[in-house]
Amino acid sequence: MIAIFRKEVNLFLSSLIGYIAIGIFLLANGLICWVFPDSNIPDGGYATLEPLFQFAPWVFLLLIPAITMRSFAEENENGTMELLATKPVTDNQIIGGKFLAALFLVGFSILPTVVYYFAISALASPPGNVDTGGIIGSYIGLFLLGAGFVSVGMFASSLTRNQIVSFIASLFACFLLFQAFDSVAMLPVFVGKADGILQLLSMGTHYRSISLGLLDTRDVLYFLSVVAFFFLLTKTVLASRKW
Amino acid sequence: MSIQAEHLTKLYGEQRAVHDVSFSIGAGEIVGFLGPNGAGKSTTMKILTGFVPQTEGKASVCGFDVEKESLEVRRHIGYLPEHNPLYLDMYVGEYLDFVGRLFGLRNRDARIRRMVERTGLGPEQHKTIRNLSKGYRQRVGLAQAMLNDPDVLILDEPTSGLDPNQLADIRELIRDLGREKTVLLSTHIMQEVQAICDRVLIINRGVLVADDKTEHLGSAAEGRIALTVSFKEELDPAGLKRLPGVLHVQSQGNRRWRLEIDEKAVKATGTSPEEMLFRFAVEQQLTLLGSEKEKRNLEDIFRQLTQNAGPAIPPTGQQD
Repeated sequence: MIAIFRKEVNLFLSSLIGYIAIGIFLLANGLICWVFPDSNIPDGGYATLEPLFQFAPWVFLLLIPAITMRSFAEENENGTMELLATKPVTDNQIIGGKFLAALFLVGFSILPTVVYYFAISALASPPGNVDTGGIIGSYIGLFLLGAGFVSVGMFASSLTRNQIVSFIASLFACFLLFQAFDSVAMLPVFVGKADGILQLLSMGTHYRSISLGLLDTRDVLYFLSVVAFFFLLTKTVLASRKW
Repeated sequence: MSIQAEHLTKLYGEQRAVHDVSFSIGAGEIVGFLGPNGAGKSTTMKILTGFVPQTEGKASVCGFDVEKESLEVRRHIGYLPEHNPLYLDMYVGEYLDFVGRLFGLRNRDARIRRMVERTGLGPEQHKTIRNLSKGYRQRVGLAQAMLNDPDVLILDEPTSGLDPNQLADIRELIRDLGREKTVLLSTHIMQEVQAICDRVLIINRGVLVADDKTEHLGSAAEGRIALTVSFKEELDPAGLKRLPGVLHVQSQGNRRWRLEIDEKAVKATGTSPEEMLFRFAVEQQLTLLGSEKEKRNLEDIFRQLTQNAGPAIPPTGQQD
């Protein structure tokens, strides 16, 4: 599994797309948090990272499909899947290695935003008067959300040999999971408990709940189940060559 | 037994790719797996390497069942898939290191150095695979397959698309490997089988139609030769066909004719095929410009055995 992890990270970082994806992610976050007048932190008047955590999921919607789109689609296209599958590694190890590598890259790309924390901490009045616990909670939430998106993206990638199809499919699926359940729940047809159940399926609801700084086991469990569910789906797709 | 296949059958939906194939290959044999395109060679190899499971039957490699002990099988084989898939963005050394890590090899660096040396990759090892020529890519594929020092090598068309020099090099390498390892290689080039294989398996439309030592198959074809003759003048092929021992006449254009001849029947009339044609030319007042004898032993057998195949069989076996 470590071999596959290493290979994935190396290939990503030795390709242009890796740097473009991470660069654009950081640029977009930087602009939203510090420059754009509608959303920037200094004009907001409060020492909070809320704009970052509000917009980062939307940037993730583009970043993560770009990271995961090649994971299986490229192997399918080049026939290298046959190479991997005839080496002494299990399907679990292949998926696990690729999943951890993508998650590592997601973590790698949000890491620089930790600087923002120190910036607002210095800007706060008195300095250091920030909700550190809330911010740590939000980072955990963002990371879990990233893990959910990565598992969806890998599943989309395993279905096709075309990286563009993989990108668009995972973007759309992530969007559905993140936002659409929430929005659909607002429709007047879902009355009583139905809208609550729909909202429980939505990543957005759970993400926002963690962002409040409350690390509820139910929310963590939700994200872990999403990851496990798509991991199993991906495994099923890989096994389908044997049907 | 290094490789044992018992009644292997593989269905893709309704289509029967491999039908009731059984064979066993002992340690140290180099076996050529021969057949027209789409005959089931690759499918059989994919079953042996555990990439796809058989629908029916049983197979074992190095004593391990390919379905139940797949990981053990994969640890003991080297496999070069058809079309030699590679990670084009990787450097040669990086790629071999990756494969070594997949096997969890401890003495990776030493193994890689040895394989690079053995496959003659030395001068190219610091390039990315994308920048290598086809011949060198094929060597990378072979180096990858041999990296874990496997007991059994399964090579799916290891020489397709190589130029004659590369072909000779790779064959030499495979022959060399066959001294210590069991090699099963698929090809549709007859000369290759004659050059390197101890034994031949011929498969047609999923059915094993021949399994014999290369020299036995070769001698079965003895007595049948092909002669290409050219004349200065036009002539009626019916005249050629009437000659004793001539089985088949084919025009190759430009007043060249290719004759399949039963040499024994000609010898029975007290002459040789060349002499018979020379006399024929004199009688018909034709000018015989030249005649060329072909060695076509195995190729002949191959065509005989696979003639009922639906798709066209490459006439010389050289096309890819």
